[in-house]
Amino acid sequence: MTRFGQSLIQGLGNGSIYALLALGFVIIYKSTLVISFAQPALMVAGATMVVFLTGSFGLPFFAAVPVAMLLTALLGLIVERSALRPMVGKPVFVVAIITIGVDITIRVVVNRFLGNTIRNFTSPWGLDTLRVGDVFVQQRFLAMMLTTAVVVAALFAFFKYSRTGLAMRATAFDQETALAQGISVGMVFALSWAIAGALAALAGTFVGTGGSIDQQTWIIALKALPAIIIGGLDSVGGAVIGGLVVGVIEALVGTYQPTAAPWLGNNFAVVSPYVVLLIVLLLRPYGLFGTPEVERV
Amino acid sequence: MLSVENLEVVYDDVILVLRGVSLDVPEGKIVALLGANGAGKTTLLRAVSGLLDVHEGEVTKGQITLDGDPIHHLSPARVVSAGVKQVLEGRRVFAEFSVEENLRVGAHRNTRRLSENMERVYDLFPVLRDRRRATAGYLSGGEQQMLAMGRAMMSDPRYLLLDEPSLGLAPLLVQQIRDLIVEINQRGTTVLLVEQNASMALSIAEHGYIMETGKIVMDKGASELLEDEDVREFYLGLHDEGTPRSFRDVKHYKRRKRWLS
Ligand SMILES: Nc1ncnc2c1ncn2[C@@H]1O[C@H](COP(=O)(O)OP(=O)(O)O)[C@@H](O)[C@H]1O
Ligand SMILES: [Mg+2]
Repeated sequence: MTRFGQSLIQGLGNGSIYALLALGFVIIYKSTLVISFAQPALMVAGATMVVFLTGSFGLPFFAAVPVAMLLTALLGLIVERSALRPMVGKPVFVVAIITIGVDITIRVVVNRFLGNTIRNFTSPWGLDTLRVGDVFVQQRFLAMMLTTAVVVAALFAFFKYSRTGLAMRATAFDQETALAQGISVGMVFALSWAIAGALAALAGTFVGTGGSIDQQTWIIALKALPAIIIGGLDSVGGAVIGGLVVGVIEALVGTYQPTAAPWLGNNFAVVSPYVVLLIVLLLRPYGLFGTPEVERV
Repeated sequence: MLSVENLEVVYDDVILVLRGVSLDVPEGKIVALLGANGAGKTTLLRAVSGLLDVHEGEVTKGQITLDGDPIHHLSPARVVSAGVKQVLEGRRVFAEFSVEENLRVGAHRNTRRLSENMERVYDLFPVLRDRRRATAGYLSGGEQQMLAMGRAMMSDPRYLLLDEPSLGLAPLLVQQIRDLIVEINQRGTTVLLVEQNASMALSIAEHGYIMETGKIVMDKGASELLEDEDVREFYLGLHDEGTPRSFRDVKHYKRRKRWLS
């Protein structure tokens, strides 16, 4: 039971990282129909900023994170304006390839800052644990879960109640009608990249928390892909659930598979989300919460 | 006054769709723009609202002015801010949103007086007040048309451009929509009404324009148009004895149509 509790919390914590990345992806996809592969770069850019802001600039962690989120939002905005806006109307596939180019470019720059060393990450939690009942859980996982819950709630409120959030949803649903209401669609495009940037920076911070980052850290962001596909490309709620599902599966398989099914080999946990992904795709090709084929009256 | 002067519009750089269209919508009036499918009515409205861009269309000649200021190069957002709002053909409500959310999106350029405008719209369309929490996609066709019009009214426009509001509605609903257009106009909004239902449009308009393949072919007071023999025959589906007749019976339709222009 303790083992289960521990691995569940760890899964939900790591799942929050995937959820934040998937959220950014879905927000970009919904409002601009761009499939963005630039999320990993935005994530490591954000994490690297936290390293330098807390290190070289001596900012406290809780100040560095919002600053890094803001800067990465700005980076997302610049990417949208310079690399993607001129591509509006081009085939989806072409635009997706461009985002891969953007991803590589940003990562090259980030790697210059990171260098060939491992960058230690100072966070208030480190690897400290907290006792809940008879389970020892790492504080950082709880912090990730809580922060993500707050961020997701804030995002939902933003999309439901704010003028800008409604404008973004309207644009996602029907661009021409949104334009006819006087919504500036360009603003919506830029904003969706900015939000995705901020979320990616937060995800990157969580990746570093309790450890370090280096030039290989970006690979973690790839786990957002099964999360998105499990949740459904166009579902904001699905992105969150997809992320958590991937995190939990990975943690549980990592905990139990080596003893329960050793014949599956070492590190089966790493591929387990993809197995689930395949099963989901077989049963519901548009994801658990995605829209089958949006019919409009 | 909203004026279109000698307007030419081209799609995809080559397809000339409007060939020198001129029309005037004087403040306070209802003006009807009639014409068969494909005549270019929607294109004209797009040119006014700045929506040509999304369709790869472009104004290549002429101009559109609002009280003398050219507006045909403004973004849709600017046009809305200037007080001109278009209701797109086919209603196009945000089907996943609630009725009230649809209205709030309509207020995007005018949020300061949101609650005031919402009350005004609910007074105009009481059905919408009753169904404010309903999902827009589940409304009936008539209700959706009302929602689309109410959403447009949320920014308190001076000019309302309606693109075939009666399309696909039962006769009783068409009447209801017609009365609502009159009501909106009486409350101070100028209306440019694009319709294929000529009798409905001419029954409330002061002036009418008839468009064929990108040109205005007739431009008269509404009552004169209603009297006009050709209009009666081709757009009202009535021939001399006043009994309905279908297009199929009008063998010389094509020839006569050319004669019209
Ligand atoms: N986006 C477009 N690209 C090319 N041609 C178009 C486009 N939209 C409309 N057209 C053409 O322009 C003409 C006028 O269309 P439209 O303005 O929709 O007419 P109406 O509203 O009177 O039915 C039609 O021949 C139509 O095929
Ligand atoms: Mg039309």
